[in-house]
Amino acid sequence: MHFLFTTKTPSHKITQSVLSFFVLFVSLCLSGYYLFGLTLTVKAQDSEPTDDEVNAIAKQLYCPVCENTPLDVCPTQACAQWRATIKEKLTAGWTEQQIKDYFVTQYGERVLAQPSTRGFNILLWTLAPAGVLIAVGVFVYYVRRLQKPASAAAPAAGEADEYVKRLEAELAKRR
Amino acid sequence: MTDQSSAIPNQQSKIAYGWFAVWVVVVALLGLAGVKLYQITLGPVASGAAPDFTLTTFDGQYISLASLRGQVVVVNFWASWCEPCKDEAADLEAFWRAYKDRGVMMIGVDYVDTETEARAYLAQFDITYPNGPDLGTRISQAYRIKGVPETYIIDTDGHLVTNIIGPTTYANLAQIVEPLLK
Repeated sequence: MHFLFTTKTPSHKITQSVLSFFVLFVSLCLSGYYLFGLTLTVKAQDSEPTDDEVNAIAKQLYCPVCENTPLDVCPTQACAQWRATIKEKLTAGWTEQQIKDYFVTQYGERVLAQPSTRGFNILLWTLAPAGVLIAVGVFVYYVRRLQKPASAAAPAAGEADEYVKRLEAELAKRR
Repeated sequence: MTDQSSAIPNQQSKIAYGWFAVWVVVVALLGLAGVKLYQITLGPVASGAAPDFTLTTFDGQYISLASLRGQVVVVNFWASWCEPCKDEAADLEAFWRAYKDRGVMMIGVDYVDTETEARAYLAQFDITYPNGPDLGTRISQAYRIKGVPETYIIDTDGHLVTNIIGPTTYANLAQIVEPLLK
């Protein structure tokens, strides 16, 4: 090969050109094939979301027809259609949030497994922690109240002693 | 001694107010839960003024129930995944074709459905009366539907005459609607 490239005769020059063209052509074909192959693979992934990708979104949704059954495991036709819609939207390049927003617009907030923090739903997020805080507060209050009589007993005992002394003094006077 | 004796009633009143506030919150929450439970146990709307609604059809037409005053309105809730809905689909369309020029309006409300399948359903049964999705399930909640199909018949004054739970027929609809047209 090296020999061919270093020859200077016209016939050898032609051979050299042909070989150079051939090498270049093969290189381009190989790189083109490789790149095209890669592109094809990416396109295939984009156009066909996997069931796992669909279910990752589906499990965050509940169909109102089948109460308490997440969409990813719901066996009804309505749910199958919903999953197909998720797949359709993923194929179209929608993000997870866009798909969830679409379902909320179409069917209402109740389709969300995790309610939003907007409007009346804020109660769902705040009531439980507030209840826990109140319970802890009440518990602490009662614990302190139980502890207080022991420490507060001293002045009360003092006052009682004073009263007893006065009582005894009055009784002594009457004797 | 006087300071201590006045401080104790103050503390006790604070505690009483605290408990009162807690009870008010608890009773309010129970009341709220009670109202929700009551609403759940209520059946579909069957009489009185028909809940008003607006619907954007699959063709982009905007329909308001209030604007249909003076006509008898038949509102049908359906879905493409609903097998019993298919049993009544042909009858509903036949009824619409027979009564549309006699002061009757029919509206199809597509409940919890997907647009592609809904359109295919409409094409399959050659349904020509206005149909649209129940966005946010607001209409079905207003009518407190329990499933599909359900059909509501509203008189010319906007009052609900009756509701039909389950599939209906041409004859059944005609029997209810005819007296309302006189």
